[in-house]
Amino acid sequence: MATRKNTPLTIIAIIVFAFLILPLVIITITAFGGENTIVFPIKSFSLKWFANVFNSETFVTSFLLSLKLALLATVLALLVGIPAAYALARHWEKGNTFLKSFFLSPTLVPGIVLGFALFQFLIIILQIPLFIGLLLGHFLTVLPYIIRIVGASMEQVDISIEEVAWSLGCTKPKAFFKVVLPNISSGITSAFMLAFINSFNNIPVSMFLTGPGVSTLPTTLMNYIEYYYDPTVSAVSVILMLATIAIMYLVEKTLGIGALLG
Amino acid sequence: MAFMDLSDICVSYDGKTNILKELDLSVKEGELVSLLGPSGCGKTTTLRVIGGFIPPVSGTFTLDGTDMTHVPVHKRNFGFVFQSYALFPHLDVRNNVAFGLKLQKMEQSLIDTKVNEMMEICGLTELSDRFPKNMSGGQRQRVALARALVLEPKLLLLDEPLSNLDAKLRISMRLEIKKLQKKMGITTIFVTHDQEECFSISDRVAVMNKGKVEMFDTPENIYTTPTTEFVARFIGFENFIDFTKLEEHTYKAQDGSLFHTDVISVKDQCKATIRPDDIKIINDVNIAENSITGKIIVRTFLGKSYQYEIHTRLGRFLVNGDIEDVHKREEIVTIYLPSNKLILLQS
Repeated sequence: MATRKNTPLTIIAIIVFAFLILPLVIITITAFGGENTIVFPIKSFSLKWFANVFNSETFVTSFLLSLKLALLATVLALLVGIPAAYALARHWEKGNTFLKSFFLSPTLVPGIVLGFALFQFLIIILQIPLFIGLLLGHFLTVLPYIIRIVGASMEQVDISIEEVAWSLGCTKPKAFFKVVLPNISSGITSAFMLAFINSFNNIPVSMFLTGPGVSTLPTTLMNYIEYYYDPTVSAVSVILMLATIAIMYLVEKTLGIGALLG
Repeated sequence: MAFMDLSDICVSYDGKTNILKELDLSVKEGELVSLLGPSGCGKTTTLRVIGGFIPPVSGTFTLDGTDMTHVPVHKRNFGFVFQSYALFPHLDVRNNVAFGLKLQKMEQSLIDTKVNEMMEICGLTELSDRFPKNMSGGQRQRVALARALVLEPKLLLLDEPLSNLDAKLRISMRLEIKKLQKKMGITTIFVTHDQEECFSISDRVAVMNKGKVEMFDTPENIYTTPTTEFVARFIGFENFIDFTKLEEHTYKAQDGSLFHTDVISVKDQCKATIRPDDIKIINDVNIAENSITGKIIVRTFLGKSYQYEIHTRLGRFLVNGDIEDVHKREEIVTIYLPSNKLILLQS
């Protein structure tokens, strides 16, 4: 490690870090408050808000729904996005830029516009079941991330390793699985993580596509805050943070943090 | 019929311009043939047609009597070595080399024997656990070769395999390739743009230009007696004169001066050529034939000689002059073109 001291830079780094971490610290502390509203600093200690989360059927079912939704949407997007990224990286030299921007367009359109458009089309006109609509919405939201990240790592792979694999006796599909896939696995992992987190946190699209009996965790939280201002919300946040840290730790352990950064 | 035969091969990417135009090439078994030419001449395309990566628009490719034109790449069993080596980054040396054998569902013990043997031959035994990113260019090159050779391919195709190596390594690697190739008796096609490399390694060389083979012969014959102007220019002939045939060994230049040659042209009108090294600057102005007078325009120092650009009635000549006999700019000199060094081109 090179030790180079740069005092102004260190101070700025500390300020930014504090700016990022302080709200999380405050939320975590308020989750353990004994009062009926969120106050800081807390005056008494209690774990009842955590109990409240697990006892509340709304939170538990919406959490499970969010989990299922994020997993399904991400896996679907991977199944579509990996072949798409492969095709974009390998073929279609002409019109490639157009297709690339087309696939990325859902990230350019504000989520609320996408949500409203899907609401109009899927729910009002086609009247498809709520969960399917929600799944499609989330699928569309996360697909560009997958194509972007997987595509970026695909471009790092030398096209001739595929040709060599063919010359050594691989059929084209076999070469893809044996030679291309292992070399973009880190890209796929980070795409999965990013897409999953994006879907799990999504509000603008979910807001339009949820309805009676079908609600994601973020929309449930929003609705809850409208009526109650108690530390249950803080408790949910703490649980989510812990879950995220756990996932990050697992990824770090199995693949290294480099995988997440591409 | 030759062991490997390309006949009438045409390749076009857009349907209009042909990259390869009715290309013919016949290679004998066990031969090392180089495709030599400037970039864009179609040498790599030819190699990729043989490898099966590019389908020809027309023409046939036969190997050992079987038509291979439409056989897919993975069924050809040809070894291909790329310029970038194209090692599998996720596999170590041993598994890179074993890749093709594993696909054949061979018994593990047999795979191990073959892989060990090939790694030994290519000097990779100590590197067997290394990954490509931790190896030097020369080592990667050897892995790429071993990976192709372990399958005992019917043909070995090398696409500029040495161009990413530094000069010293390039020379030792080309010797190694030649040794391996002769030892295994494997028919090899080698693509390069480097003349010296190509001449030193090949049994025969196909000089290519604009999608056609201009000349296909041994390195010695190509070097000493090129048959076309393109080949002559490509291998360092700089001086060209238009000749009209008078007698078998006597030709007239445009200004009427006479030149004797040792070789004979079949046509009445032909072009003669000579290397800058073979022209002599003489002081004896009485030699009337095979000589011409001109003025030195530029003098460049080449290390072992001086190169002069001399303007004459027959155009510009490049002459490499003796380091001990220095001429000045603007000097009027007579140059002598020995009859045994003048080469007549067929086209």
